Amino acid sequence: MNAAAEALDRIFRTESGAVLATLIRVLGDFQLAEDALQDALTAALETWPAQGLPDAPGAWLTTIARRKALDRLRHARIVQAKSSALALAMSLEQEAAGAADERDWSPVPDDQLRLIFTCCHPALSPEAQVALTLRTLGGLSIGEIARAFLASEAAIAQRLARAKQKIRRAGIPYEIPDRDSLGPRLDAF
Amino acid sequence: MKYVLLIYAAEKNWASLPQEEQGAIYGGYMAYTEKLGKSGKMLACEPLEPTSTATTVRVRNGKPVSTDGPFAETKEQLGGLYVIDVKDLNEAMEWAAGIPDALTGSIEIRPVMDVSGIDKIK
Repeated sequence: MNAAAEALDRIFRTESGAVLATLIRVLGDFQLAEDALQDALTAALETWPAQGLPDAPGAWLTTIARRKALDRLRHARIVQAKSSALALAMSLEQEAAGAADERDWSPVPDDQLRLIFTCCHPALSPEAQVALTLRTLGGLSIGEIARAFLASEAAIAQRLARAKQKIRRAGIPYEIPDRDSLGPRLDAF
Repeated sequence: MKYVLLIYAAEKNWASLPQEEQGAIYGGYMAYTEKLGKSGKMLACEPLEPTSTATTVRVRNGKPVSTDGPFAETKEQLGGLYVIDVKDLNEAMEWAAGIPDALTGSIEIRPVMDVSGIDKIK
C-alpha cells in the first residue's frame, strides 16, 4: 500500500463510525446508511487522490453519502411507501440546504451515542446487541466479531441482518432513552 | 406505526380468583381501555372468550378439518388484543406495560405488516 492509500485508509477508519451514525439518524435505516457510506467512500477513492483531501473529510463523506442515499431512494423507487420516502427526501434536501438540524435541540448532541442505545435496545437479544454495537460503532469486521463470539462468520452475518431487520420492522426508534428506560439498555455492557 | 398487543394470561388462574379480585381486574381493564381510547391511539380492542370455546380449522387434502380447542395448548392463553397506532416500539412497550395482565401474564407486541392496498379492501 502506498502512502496515499494508507492515508485514505486511516481517514476511512477514523471517520466512518461517526459518519455512519449520523447517516443512520438522518435516514432512519441501517442498510440504506451503510450502502450510502460505501458509495461515498468509493467516491472519495476516485476524487481525493486527484483533487487532494477536503478540509473536513468526515463532513465531505456525510454530504456525499446523503446525496447518494437520495439517489438510491429515487432509483429504488420505493413507490409503496411513497409518502415516507418523499418526506425523507424532503428532509434530506432541507438538511442539505442547512435548515434546522435535529442536533440543535437534542439534549445529547452525539449521533454515535444515540446509535449505541438503538443497538442496545432490550427488544434485541443480548448477543445481537453486542454484535451490532461492535460492528456499527466499533467498526469491527464480521470475521473479528465471529472470533470474539467463537461463532462462524455466517452466523454473525445472519445475526446482524436479523437485528437490523428487527430495528426497521419493529419500529425501534433512534433516540437517547429517558432516565426511566436507561437501565435496560445498559445490560449489554 | 401500528402494533397489535396480544394479551396472554393463564385462564385457570382467572377462574379460581375470588369475585372481588375478578372485579378489580375488570375495572382495571375498563380504566386502561378508556385511557387508551381517549389518547386517540386505539384502533381496536377485542377481548376473547376462553379457549374452551375455540375451534381450529385446517384444510388437509382439500378437505376442511375442524378440531375442538385452540391452535396450541399452552400455559398461558391468548385472552384478547388491542390494536394501537403509536410513534414507535418504545411507545408500544409503554402501553403494553399498562395492560393489567402484564402484571401476571405476558403481552406480546407485534408490528402490523404494511401491505399496500389492504386498506382499500377493508
